[in-house]
Amino acid sequence: MARPILEVKGLTTTLAGGTITILEDVSFGLQPGEVLGVVGESGSGKSMLALSVMGLLPKAVRRTAGRIVLDGEDLAALSPDRWRERRGSDLAMIFQEPMTALNPVMRVGDQVAEVLRRQGIPAKKARQETINLFRKVEIPSPEQRVRGYPHELSGGMRQRVMIAIALAANPKVLIADEPTTALDVTVQAQILDLLRKLQKERGLSLVFITHDLGVIAEIADRVLVLYAGRVAEIAPVRKIFDNPQHPYTRALLASIPEIDRPRGRLVTIEGAVPSIGAMPKGCRYASRCPFRRDICEQESPRLGLVSSDQAAACVQPFGFEKPQEEALA
Amino acid sequence: MSAVISDPATASQSPTWHVASRLVHNRSFMIGAGLVLAIALLTLFAGWLAPFDPLRSSFRTRLRPPDATYWLGTDHFGRDILSRLLFGARISLTIGLLTALATGVAGTLIGATAGFFRPLDNPVMRLMDALMAFPAILLAIAVAAVLGASVPNVIIALAVATTPHTARIVRASVLIVREQEFVEAARALGATELRVLFRHVLPNALGPLIVRLTYVFATAILAEAALSFIGVGPPPPAPSFGSIIAQGRDFIAEAPWITIFPGFAIMVSVLGLNLLGDGLRDVLDPRMRT
Repeated sequence: MARPILEVKGLTTTLAGGTITILEDVSFGLQPGEVLGVVGESGSGKSMLALSVMGLLPKAVRRTAGRIVLDGEDLAALSPDRWRERRGSDLAMIFQEPMTALNPVMRVGDQVAEVLRRQGIPAKKARQETINLFRKVEIPSPEQRVRGYPHELSGGMRQRVMIAIALAANPKVLIADEPTTALDVTVQAQILDLLRKLQKERGLSLVFITHDLGVIAEIADRVLVLYAGRVAEIAPVRKIFDNPQHPYTRALLASIPEIDRPRGRLVTIEGAVPSIGAMPKGCRYASRCPFRRDICEQESPRLGLVSSDQAAACVQPFGFEKPQEEALA
Repeated sequence: MSAVISDPATASQSPTWHVASRLVHNRSFMIGAGLVLAIALLTLFAGWLAPFDPLRSSFRTRLRPPDATYWLGTDHFGRDILSRLLFGARISLTIGLLTALATGVAGTLIGATAGFFRPLDNPVMRLMDALMAFPAILLAIAVAAVLGASVPNVIIALAVATTPHTARIVRASVLIVREQEFVEAARALGATELRVLFRHVLPNALGPLIVRLTYVFATAILAEAALSFIGVGPPPPAPSFGSIIAQGRDFIAEAPWITIFPGFAIMVSVLGLNLLGDGLRDVLDPRMRT
C-alpha cells in the first residue's frame, strides 16, 4: 500500500487532568483518495477524533499520547500556530449543523472567498472562483446566491456552501463530521451523492464520521468502528457488512431495521455504553457482549489482525467460531 | 430542487435590511426615532432657528414671562430661553453622543477581551465590578471634579461611569456567540484568534451593545444636567440643558419658565432615546426573537 496521507497512531485524549479517558490508543491510516468511515454511538468519541486531528480540542480535553501524521509531518509536534496554518489549507472540516456553522452576518460568498483569499488569490479572482465552486456543489443560480446570507438558504443549500468552503481550502484531508445527520432524508441523499461525486472527481481523502451505517455503506471504502473511545474494528466496508469480526459490529448490523424482515420489535443492543467516568477494567463492551468470557472482564483486548486488511479488538473474533444468530437477536 | 430555495430575487436581503424592515413596523422605535430626529434637526439648525443670540444679555428684558417675542421667556440676564435651549441642546446632545461612542469603544474592547480571552476575564471583570460599586453619578462627579469642568472632561467622566456596565453587556454577548458552531468552523479554516474575534464573534454580538448605547446617550444627557446643577458641568456662559436649569434655580418661584422648559427638553430627549432603545431591543434582543 502507498504511504497513508493521514496516519493517526496511539491517539489518547483525556478529560479533567487525566482522570477520564475519552479516546484510548486510537490508530488508523487514511490512504490518498480513500474514504474512511468512522461509526460509533453518541459519546463514542467520533467528534473528539475529528477535533483531535484538526487540533481543535476543547480546552478541558488534552491529548496525552499519540501522533497525527499528515503527509509525513507530525502535526502533534507542531506549535499551535503552525497547526492553525494547516487548517483551511491542508486540513478542512465539514460540520454537522449547516444551520449554525455559517456566520449569520456574512454573505455566504464572502465566507468561501475568505478561504481563497488566505491562499493569496486576489479578491476579484476569488469572487469568480467562489461562483465556480458554487456551481461545482450544484447550487442553482450561483451568481445571485453568493450575495445571499445564510438565513436565506435551506439546510441542504447551506451544507453545499459548507462543502464549497471546504473545497476552497483544497485540503489534503477532509473531515466530514456527520454532514448529513441534520438534513431531511431526500436532501441527505443529494448531499451524499454530491460528496461522493466530488470525492471521485478530485480524489479527496475523506474521513467521514457518522452513526448511520446506511450512509457508511453508501460512501466508505473502509470503516473504523469506535466503541467507548476505542477502536473496536477496522476493515474494508464489504467485510464490515459481510463478515464483521467484533461482536459490537455484529450487534450494530443486526440492529439495522430491514424492510423485508417480518415486523416486530426493533433489535437493540442490551445495556448501555459505560459512562466515561466509570470505564470497566477489561473490554469496554464486555457487559453487553453475549459472547463474554471471564478474561474479557480482566484485560482489555488489543486490536489484532484477523486477516490482512481487517483488525478487531476482541479476544475471540468471529473468525474463530461461528456465532449463533439467536444470540444476537 | 428549486422548491427548497427561496427566490433568487430576494438574495441580497442582508440581516441589516431584515432588521430595518422590522424596525419600521415597531411603533416604539418609530416614535422614538421621530423625536430624536426632530431634536437633532432643531439642534443642527439652531443658528437659523434661534430668534436671538443665546449669549446676548439685556437688563431691560430680564425675567420676562413667555410672550409673542420671547416664546419661552427670558432669564435673569434677559437672555432668550428658546435660543439658549436650541444652542444648549447642541452641547447636551454632543455630550450624550460622544459619551455613547466613547463608552461603546471602551466597553467593546474591555468586554470583548474579558469574554473572549478567558484568562483575562476574572481580572478585567473584577476591576469593572469595583468601578460599578460606585454609583455612576458619584463616579462622574469625582472624575469631573478631579479633571476640572469642561465639555471634554464631562464626556470622560460620564464615559468612565458608564463603561463597566457596557463592558459587562458586551462580555455576556461575546460569551454566547463564541460557543456557536460557526466560530468553531472559522477556526477549522485556520482563522487566527483575533480574526475570529473581530470578524466572526463581535459582529454577531453587537445587538445588545447598540441598545445599551441608546440608554447611555439618554443617561448622559441626564447626568450632564446633574453635573451642571452641582457646578461641575460645562462652564458658563455657554448654555446646556443642565446649566440653564442650574442658573434658573434661584428664580424658580418668580420665573419658573427658566427651569421648566429645559426640564421639558431633557424629558423629551430622554423619552425619545429610551423609546428608540426599547424598539431596538424588541428587534435585536435574541430572547425576544421568534
